[in-house]
Amino acid sequence: MSSETKQILTTDGIPLEVSLKKAERKNKIKAFLLVAPLLFFLIITYVFPIGDMLFRSVDDKMVTQMLPKTFKAMETWDGKELPDEEVFAAFHEDFIKLVEDKREGKLSTQLNYTKNGFKSIIKKLRRASKKFEEGNYKEQIMAVHKRWADVEYWRAIQRRAPEFTGQKYLKGMDMYVNEEGKIVSVEEDRRIHRVLWLRTLEIAFFVTVFCFLMAYPIAHLLATLPMKYSNLLMICVLLPFWTSLLVRTASWMILLQQQGIVNDFFVGIGLVADDNRPEMMYNKTGSYVAMTQILLPFMVLPLYSVMKTISPSLMRAGKSLGGTPFVAFWKVYFPLTIPGIGAGCLLVFILAIGYYITPALVGGASGTLISNQIAFHMKSTLDWSFASAMGLMLLSGVLVIYWLYNKIVGIDNIKLG
Amino acid sequence: MALPKYTEPHYRVWHYIYLTICGAVFFFLIAPLFVIFPLSFNAEEFLSFSDGMKSLDPDAFSLRWYKDMIYGTKNPWGLAAKNSFIIAIFATIGSVILGTVAALGLSSRHMPYKGLIMAVLISPMIVPLIISGVAIFFFMAKAGLAATHTGIVLAHIILGTPFVVITVTATLSGFDHSVTRAAASLGSDPVNTFMKITLPLILPGVISGGLFAFVTSFDEVVVVLFLAGLENTTIPIQMWTGLREQLSPTILAVATCLIILSTLILVTAELLRRRSERLRGINQ
Repeated sequence: MSSETKQILTTDGIPLEVSLKKAERKNKIKAFLLVAPLLFFLIITYVFPIGDMLFRSVDDKMVTQMLPKTFKAMETWDGKELPDEEVFAAFHEDFIKLVEDKREGKLSTQLNYTKNGFKSIIKKLRRASKKFEEGNYKEQIMAVHKRWADVEYWRAIQRRAPEFTGQKYLKGMDMYVNEEGKIVSVEEDRRIHRVLWLRTLEIAFFVTVFCFLMAYPIAHLLATLPMKYSNLLMICVLLPFWTSLLVRTASWMILLQQQGIVNDFFVGIGLVADDNRPEMMYNKTGSYVAMTQILLPFMVLPLYSVMKTISPSLMRAGKSLGGTPFVAFWKVYFPLTIPGIGAGCLLVFILAIGYYITPALVGGASGTLISNQIAFHMKSTLDWSFASAMGLMLLSGVLVIYWLYNKIVGIDNIKLG
Repeated sequence: MALPKYTEPHYRVWHYIYLTICGAVFFFLIAPLFVIFPLSFNAEEFLSFSDGMKSLDPDAFSLRWYKDMIYGTKNPWGLAAKNSFIIAIFATIGSVILGTVAALGLSSRHMPYKGLIMAVLISPMIVPLIISGVAIFFFMAKAGLAATHTGIVLAHIILGTPFVVITVTATLSGFDHSVTRAAASLGSDPVNTFMKITLPLILPGVISGGLFAFVTSFDEVVVVLFLAGLENTTIPIQMWTGLREQLSPTILAVATCLIILSTLILVTAELLRRRSERLRGINQ
């Protein structure tokens, strides 16, 4: 054979390279077609709606569309002194139209979000506007209530002109845009959301620490015991894992109530007086205890699956080389379990940070988390855009952790049971 | 775990401390579940052990709350149980089909953008449920599926598929692809190969993924809270309402039934896992 490269042909005369590429492409398409149904299903029903949340959280078109003429007239207003007649006339025109459509109530709710005090003056304006005469709307509107003559309220209306706003995000961090357009924090005693964020982080962090401290010894025991014992003990981990979350929360409600078994026990051993039983539920303690027990299996299982792969001879080797059991453990065994620790801690932290059901049932007012606030706004105040904004703030935090998890453990390595 | 005879005394002490700690943790894990069991047979309306129960007086025990659960006129447990099972079964079927097919594609070495797609497919498991709930609610409301069984089933398919994808891809990782090639070389078409060769081999993974999907749906409350109307009430919703308003012993009777159900599921899942490990052992 000569050294020059000859093109290899398949039996039908097509160059092998081309034929191979074609086959590869066909395989790629085949694999993709298998994944496609689920992928598109999730994109339509799940990924897009999360994008929709993003849109809702910054969407502020409602007021923009309710007062189109007002905002057009306001374009030339510098915001220093009361706007002139042109703006008042435009506002009157928009307002009459809203009253006709019976939508002025929505306007008052919306404007009230921006500045308190709009509700009553819009009600008054609706009543008065029926008797308005044509022309000179500025004086007629200002005569309705003294707030209509206050430039602050007109500035508040002007702030609602843009179609998009980041104010829900600011509100989620207890901040707002003040009259001068600067971002400032609300007063100290009204910073409820910051308290909730910090509490969520605090509870998630400590629950992770508690889970780790409790899971490490039992995962080690499970991994080192002979099969027949460890399988039996594994049931203690797996049964709670498979049991309904609500059942487990219910059992904690029974245990932790004031006349409950834990309190009975404390009284029995003389730790507390019978008439001075501590409140262990409807506060942070309740959230801590119940969440730790519920999330513990999620820490044990990844630790166990890593520890199972560590050969016991490594510890023996460490000891035979002169290390005490503690040194052998710390220098040999512990470093090998770090992947499991990373996986377990991140998993528990992610789950804890978004917990809703258990804190809502046993947490009381001082043990609730950010998720409870989101649910509250979804179901009670119906401020869906605010709920969306807070949800996305939480989500971005979780995604950072998810990304870390993927870097450290790899999503493909998630193991269940 | 016996210690060697030559162990020094203070290590011996440490070892027993370690065993005690382990015992305490196991107790902490499992004991709360066993509180529910005796209390559900309480003859009285209290949620603590009566004096009669402590002295094992047979009169202190009764099936009263179980009767109330089944025959109680005000109790919606019957409807809730029916809904829960219907929703969970359809959600499981949907998750298993979509998830298994997707896992087959993902396990192919030709799959492009594997990491990215896997991240999307797993995301419903990672994203906090409350956020999934809000997002799915927005979608179902727009699609006109809020407060319908269909809507809840679709929502639970979303939440259940990640489990199926994970378990089936794990099973497929030990799968010997030469058997499918052998089948193809013998003239079998891909569908036939899948049904006769691949599926029986990956069945343990598929079933255990299905069990996860079933439990996820059966136990799911956050998303259903957003989606369900009065007609779509499920067992978790009823328990949630009951626990928020008043902890009644009837809930404990229901809880006991759920613990029995989860025990059955646990046993099935364990048997499948062992079978799957054995099969994989043979393949390698």
